[in-house]
Amino acid sequence: MKKASLMSIFAAFAKIGAFTIGGGYAMIPLIQDELVRRNWMKEEELPDIIALAQSAPGVLAVNVSIFVGYRLRGFKGSLAATIGSVLPSFLIILAIAMAFRDYRDNPVVERVFKGIRPVVVSLIAVPAYNMAVKCNKNIWAWLIAAATLVLVAFVGISPVYILLAIIILAGLFAWYNGRRAAK
Amino acid sequence: MMDYILLYPELFVTFFVIGIFTFGGGYAMLSLIQTQIVVSHGWMSQSMFTDIVAISQMTPGPIGINCATYTGYTVLQEAGAGHLMSILGSFTSTFALVLPSFIIVLLLVKAYNRLSGSSRFEDVMSWLRPAVVGLIAAAAVILIVPENFPDWKSWALFAAALGASFFLKASPILLIILGGVAGFLIY
Repeated sequence: MKKASLMSIFAAFAKIGAFTIGGGYAMIPLIQDELVRRNWMKEEELPDIIALAQSAPGVLAVNVSIFVGYRLRGFKGSLAATIGSVLPSFLIILAIAMAFRDYRDNPVVERVFKGIRPVVVSLIAVPAYNMAVKCNKNIWAWLIAAATLVLVAFVGISPVYILLAIIILAGLFAWYNGRRAAK
Repeated sequence: MMDYILLYPELFVTFFVIGIFTFGGGYAMLSLIQTQIVVSHGWMSQSMFTDIVAISQMTPGPIGINCATYTGYTVLQEAGAGHLMSILGSFTSTFALVLPSFIIVLLLVKAYNRLSGSSRFEDVMSWLRPAVVGLIAAAAVILIVPENFPDWKSWALFAAALGASFFLKASPILLIILGGVAGFLIY
């Protein structure tokens, strides 16, 4: 990993913050593109970062910035990354709150967003596929991924419970294996 | 005079609590924000809240941040504060929302750095990674709704972006801009 300047950390996350529409997971393709291209993390590390960001409360995208910023430059890095990811939406929303109230019904804005929405969906689908190919090395991994997809998308279970259940199950399993190996 | 000064600590506490209790981000956060600012505090009406959600979905940035910024400004305006004091309200609620995550994620990173490399930690992570892959796939599946895909043109845009991203490794930012331009031209 290259050493990153605070300014470049701020700029990278400001760019991510400025172009994430719809929040949360829509940010993942942008994070992946920015950070992998700058050599700040490996593609395989993304699931670890997301799992960790999901285990803390709050806005997912902000949690990712805090984590990545800290790994790059410690406390100052996490501060730069957080301010970067929050600032664009802060300024834009402030401008909207101050200026126009009927922004939503503006026909030009509506047309532009009609084009953006399906693009955002495909942008989330591609990294999911790429990560699956990189990280899912056996049939169990594919089963866990498929079960999570179904439980979240079709059953409507919160990701928090699924991640917690997996941590507990995997922890018990690791503990059991450790005991068996010790005998 | 200056009745609204008490709103700052109230905004801070409200959004700090929201920041602590929302796991899973985004949409999970919306219902808590709604109960806090519409029902408990009566800071705005349901229809004003619906407007905020619509604006949040149309503007860049995480929805939670958008809501906090917008609420902070609007609440102060409604109470009769000027522009500058209202901007301070935006800042207060946004800062309060991010603060709990900041503290907790920093603690988690320290734990992660200490644990990573240990074989048990790796065992647990090997279970978690595929689940995260499933979560992201679910995020894409959940977004396939009539509002996002009203007609065949949106499916064509979806397919074009999918191909450009997968085969050409086109930059996501470029694709979002192109999607916006295409939407403007074809609708």
